[in-house]
Amino acid sequence: MTVPSLTERTPLGTETPPILEVKGLWKVFGPKADRVVGTALGRTELKEQTGCVAAVRDVSFSVRRGEVFVVMGLSGSGKSTLVRCLTRLIEPTAGEILLDGDDVRKADEKRLRELRRHRMAMVFQHFGLLPHRCVLDNVVFGLEIRGVPKQDRYVRAREVVGLVGLTGFESSYPDQLSGGMQQRVGLARALAADPEVLLFDEPFSALDPLIRREMQNEVIRLHHEVGKTMIFITHDLSEALKLGDRILIMRDGELVQVGTPDEVVGAPADDYVRDFVSDVPRSHVLTLRWIMREALPDEPLDGPELGPDVVIRDAVHTVMSADRPVRVTQDGALLGVVTSAEILEVIAGGQS
Amino acid sequence: MAPVVGAVTGVATRLRVRGLLILAVLAIWGLGWALLNGRDTLALGGAELTPLHSSLSEGMDAVDDSRNSNPFFLYFINYIRLFLDEAVTFVQALISQPSFGRPVPVLGWLGVTGLATAIALLYGNRKAALLTAAGLVSFGLLGLWQESMDTLALTLTAVVLSLAVGIPLGVWAGMSDRFHRLVTPVLDFMQTMPTFVYLAPLTLFFLIGPASATVATMIYAVPPAIRITAHGIRQVSPDTLEAGASLGATTAQSLRHVRLPMAKQTIIVGVNQTIMAALSMATIAALIDAPGLGKTVLKALQTLDVGTAFNAGLAIVIMAVVLDRVTSAASRRVEAERRAGRLLTPGRRRLQVAGVLGVTAVLGYLSYTYVWAAEFPAQANIGPVVRRAADAASVWVQDSLVGFTGAVKNLLTNGLLNPFESLLTGSPWWLVFAVAVAVALLVGNARAALATAAGLAVLVLLGLWQDSMVTLASTLVATILVMMLGVVVGVWMGRSDRADTVLRPVLDAGQTMPAFVYLVPILGLFGPTRFTAIIAAVVFAAPVAIKLVAEGIRRVSPTTVEAATSVGASTWQLISKVQLPMARSGMTLAASQGLIYVLSMVVVGGLVGAGALGYDVVAGFSQHQLRGKGLAAGLAIVVLGIVLDRVMRAATERADAAAHGGQPHK
Repeated sequence: MTVPSLTERTPLGTETPPILEVKGLWKVFGPKADRVVGTALGRTELKEQTGCVAAVRDVSFSVRRGEVFVVMGLSGSGKSTLVRCLTRLIEPTAGEILLDGDDVRKADEKRLRELRRHRMAMVFQHFGLLPHRCVLDNVVFGLEIRGVPKQDRYVRAREVVGLVGLTGFESSYPDQLSGGMQQRVGLARALAADPEVLLFDEPFSALDPLIRREMQNEVIRLHHEVGKTMIFITHDLSEALKLGDRILIMRDGELVQVGTPDEVVGAPADDYVRDFVSDVPRSHVLTLRWIMREALPDEPLDGPELGPDVVIRDAVHTVMSADRPVRVTQDGALLGVVTSAEILEVIAGGQS
Repeated sequence: MAPVVGAVTGVATRLRVRGLLILAVLAIWGLGWALLNGRDTLALGGAELTPLHSSLSEGMDAVDDSRNSNPFFLYFINYIRLFLDEAVTFVQALISQPSFGRPVPVLGWLGVTGLATAIALLYGNRKAALLTAAGLVSFGLLGLWQESMDTLALTLTAVVLSLAVGIPLGVWAGMSDRFHRLVTPVLDFMQTMPTFVYLAPLTLFFLIGPASATVATMIYAVPPAIRITAHGIRQVSPDTLEAGASLGATTAQSLRHVRLPMAKQTIIVGVNQTIMAALSMATIAALIDAPGLGKTVLKALQTLDVGTAFNAGLAIVIMAVVLDRVTSAASRRVEAERRAGRLLTPGRRRLQVAGVLGVTAVLGYLSYTYVWAAEFPAQANIGPVVRRAADAASVWVQDSLVGFTGAVKNLLTNGLLNPFESLLTGSPWWLVFAVAVAVALLVGNARAALATAAGLAVLVLLGLWQDSMVTLASTLVATILVMMLGVVVGVWMGRSDRADTVLRPVLDAGQTMPAFVYLVPILGLFGPTRFTAIIAAVVFAAPVAIKLVAEGIRRVSPTTVEAATSVGASTWQLISKVQLPMARSGMTLAASQGLIYVLSMVVVGGLVGAGALGYDVVAGFSQHQLRGKGLAAGLAIVVLGIVLDRVMRAATERADAAAHGGQPHK
């Protein structure tokens, strides 16, 4: 299976309209939760004074159509609560959630159900499969609930089962499948509904590393094939960097930084994020834009040309084998130059 | 470190002080008994009545008289009674009693055997079907076909009604926390109340006969149905439920497609428990004239006819085994299908169903049409042989083992039972009262002491103080024996896998037997005395106590055991210093459960000469002028049960708290 390199993906322009907008979202667990909204108290003080826990604090972000948006944080940072608030599996305490302009929080029970049935589907960490149903009947479940006629739903289910690579396992039961295969069933179940947004709640955390990598590639492949908007929760930084068009980093329920992978690694918002990304091989994430410099007056400007969004790792060969500075250009305009000195500093230095 | 050591020695001192205090209380009691023996004992002869008993009798008579005038009866109770009577009579007409102008029931023995075997085959497996066929034929061979079918009819009616009530309530309790909290104490109470006790009040409302028997059976059989269904619904994985919700499932869809299918196997376990409970109670309901095997056993017990009791007891055991095996096989089948899909393709399954039903229909038709297939052939009756053999065995045992059984009996009677009984019954009531409250305070807490005081006061008011004390003595002695057995066998079972494999099926089988059956072989061994009741109670209660102790021992962390072994502890040290102390809460639980079991059996022992409260209840059934006293005795049993249960619970809490840092109160 060929995995498309992430560097090749088409950058999503800021002009693409957002499909999902979240504004000032709060989720507080505890007595009289709505009074706590807006508090500035820290976690321990809040617990002591009100008995409440603010799992999500004033989080705002927007997700563009077709984007893979990753929410990353350690356990207890509120990321799983956040994603459940989006379809109100957990009822948010305050804030606005706009799906294509519709306010999810204002939806009544019926509309909310319609929204869950048609527009957003979720893949769970522990799969949540029905053990008494075979693979095909599990995939069909969402369509069955929606009232799709039997014939049609099985046609659709077979299609999706093929898409996630489960052909031949249609009549197996979940108990008979490995963890990776079970998660493919979970994925197929979510895809079967043909939703606008796919939500992933740490879908691969329960899998072993090799299977996890395989499933990550599978998600990338599916994203290319079906082009769905995906919101992906993870605690694994490398997974976030690998999959995410943009990454939202959470800590103690608060948003710490939102940005592209290279922004997060190249310009961490604070020490917490800096510490977090310190082990990341920077040359694998940062692009030439991050290390290019102004050309010196006496430098020859006839070296090879590269774009500013080329990842350093992919530029190493060109830069090292050129006997003069490599020019970084965009639309014919010279942005700066890169020499072996900059490359070596990134690879050897690590610290910025 | 220092404060920790201080706390530990503090706990140790407190415990020692408490032990000394208990000893002191007991010493005062002994002294008081020696000085005041025979004074204020509140004795009451067997036929003597207190004014309270007479007015209870009058009250019951008044209820009887108002049966056809009081709107509560006219528009409510009488309809229920009518419905239940009709339901049981209908099932009886199908399988056990001459009906619809025919001299035989609709389905004869061949038809019933065929149908039951078909059900076992379609829902269970081939082995269960074979067992079912053999079991049903054996009822005929024992000469008890009709009695067995009466018992089966009553049991099945009660089971169907219990499930119709229990499963919906269980689903509700599974979905709603509030309802679960509400219903749990009610179920606790229904299950701790000795079965024997609510028979008399029920006959007051539903008269003697099938209706009362059905209600009594349902009271006993509904709690497991509700409890286990709720448990099954509750244990459905939250992940799966959330996945359903995220796909937009409504509550009804989630119940139908997620909760119920995933709880199916547990619910079938609930059905199994319900059936076993119903069978057990349906036999005891013979006391209020329920038809069937129970009545045969009861009559035989009352005339001390060991052979007949054994014969009918055997039939009950066979029925219990068949019902248990078929439902267990059904539950295993569901589990197997859940794991591996249907065992047969739909086409083959349909073919199998059609074939089995076809054969059943033919058998049914035969038994409807021909006498030989309707009435079990009389020449195949080996019942008399079984009876004579059991009688002979009983006589031989009583004659030749008399040395041994007599020694055991005398040792326990003179060594344990008599001193205990005379201490409880010979002391002035106020002394026993004070000692009991003090002990409840010392081993439990203030609440337990309060419950004890209130309960004992009720016993005094009921005018049954001395009878209660006799029953209490038997109960306590039996409980001590149960705990001795429980600890010895339980530790063995908890430590040895081999012992576990051998003993567990025996204990499981023991627990599925209806309580009544235990009296029979022990009656054969020891003859009719209160001692028989005690031994029957021990045999009845031991399985549950042994299992709980074994579980407690097994739950001790293997790491701790390994650590103790690595510092060189001997086996004995390992048991006494590590495993038993760590299994303490399991042991107190075993004691409290054992106590409840013992109490219900000691009371049933009233049938075979155990006297006291059990006898009062039984006499209340048979003699009209004693019914008020019987009712009071039933109440006294409930009160004793509640007091013992409260004290044991409080003691358990204290033991738990002591095990977790030595703070009995928060």
